[in-house]
Amino acid sequence: MTNEEIKLFISAHIPAAIYEETGEFLNAIIPSEELLPIMKEMRSNRDLNFDYLFCLTCIDWKDHLMMVYHLTSKKHKHTLVIKAKITDVNDPKIETVSGIWKTAIFHEREVYDLFGVTFLNHPDLRRLFLMDDWEGWPLRKNYVDENMIEI
Amino acid sequence: MGLLGEDIVTEDGEFVINMGPQHPSTHGVLHLKIWLDGETIKRVQPHLGYIHRSIEKMSENLSYRNFIFATSRMDYLSAHINNEACALCVEKGLQIEATPRAQVIRILMAELTRLASHQLWWGCTGLDLGAVTPFFYAFREREAIMGIMEETCGARLTMNYMVPGGVMYDIHPNFQNRVKEVMKQVKDNLHEYFEILTGNVIFENRTKGVGYISAEDAISYGCTGPVARASGVSCDIRKWFPYEGYDKVQFDEILDTGGDCYARYMVRMKEMLQSVSIIEQLIDNIPEGDFQAKTKNVIKLPKGEFYQRVETARGELGVFIVSDGAASPYRIKYRSPNFSNLSAIEHMAKGAKIGDLIAIMATLDLVIPDIDR
Repeated sequence: MTNEEIKLFISAHIPAAIYEETGEFLNAIIPSEELLPIMKEMRSNRDLNFDYLFCLTCIDWKDHLMMVYHLTSKKHKHTLVIKAKITDVNDPKIETVSGIWKTAIFHEREVYDLFGVTFLNHPDLRRLFLMDDWEGWPLRKNYVDENMIEI
Repeated sequence: MGLLGEDIVTEDGEFVINMGPQHPSTHGVLHLKIWLDGETIKRVQPHLGYIHRSIEKMSENLSYRNFIFATSRMDYLSAHINNEACALCVEKGLQIEATPRAQVIRILMAELTRLASHQLWWGCTGLDLGAVTPFFYAFREREAIMGIMEETCGARLTMNYMVPGGVMYDIHPNFQNRVKEVMKQVKDNLHEYFEILTGNVIFENRTKGVGYISAEDAISYGCTGPVARASGVSCDIRKWFPYEGYDKVQFDEILDTGGDCYARYMVRMKEMLQSVSIIEQLIDNIPEGDFQAKTKNVIKLPKGEFYQRVETARGELGVFIVSDGAASPYRIKYRSPNFSNLSAIEHMAKGAKIGDLIAIMATLDLVIPDIDR
């Protein structure tokens, strides 16, 4: 599918989707509540067939959190970036996609560990790198640690 | 009591043991919690973070020149290729390209790194599976390559040689001759690698049919590199998204359909020959000219997001830079190949014997600092 066709497809499901094409890939920004159905569609639709989630991460823009999913299709060789905007920064929640791509199990644990995003229905949501009793979410922009030194 | 304060025997009668973080075959500080029924593995749970340094957080406070050097400490066996990925990503943001001379030097260094990395892996795999001699054979050639690196880059492990726009300094005058010598040595000796380990009955019995993963699962778990290629997934970034002029050199993407430890072993063994072939094509064709393109002292990337992927010795490394126009990145994400490869370990090891887990870990070729970052 071309970028235009993908855009039409997403817009048919989520009319509120916004697109950015300035970068290397087509970016589609959607509200976080609508993530799971569209992701399921992305994976199972025969013409899209995004079977490989090659990067999953989060960006803290202070007033909102942005989940970023880099998807590609091994068969059709097209790439798409889906961004889900989480507006509630104090208690960020989003549905897990680990049921669709198993690599998300680890990647979402990493995001939970470092950003504090709660993934609903995740099979094993625990801290991944830091200790279980660690306080705070280190990759958030408002994170302060008394041991941090300004360089 | 187990390490985490739980009972050592669960209600189902499963025995819980901890392998690592100080276990010789976990190649660093990987800690696996294993649920056993007799000797059969029921569950494996990796516990990570023993060497977590939060390189992503550190990079947010470093300039676009400096953050590159932190990445040598991630996958230290592919240090050159990590540096290259970051340099390429910054170049993508600046919309410049490395000079033709620098590009060829980068490919040569990357392939030498891949060769050295696979040699270390081969030696360690032998060691893990009870064969001590391969380690010495592998280090004979690896040392020669490390010598070349030392002469040109001044370091043997964390090279810090790639910078935005090219390489830090020109190659040593001896570089070409020494590389040719070492390539001859590698080609003369590679058959010994196969003779000493590949056909060995014990080795074959311990690897064939062990740790199977299908192509579909490999994609779902995000496996890349030799791990995925051994399951028949074509995923070589050098072929799919050529960078630095990899599209101008002749080489084959090695694929296998076995999906087991032996297939992963064979893929890496054959990749060594491909790396030798790439180096031989380029070593006499290094173009004259500058080794570094002119860049500003303080690099500032325009607002936006930049993604660059490269093929390290272990798979696909992705560098994702989010820039807000300042002199240091707003956010950096490293999509490391080992992280995703490790997530498939439970799938591979379920139902296997505890000795098989060592073979699976050996052929996954894990580098723990790359997982923890």
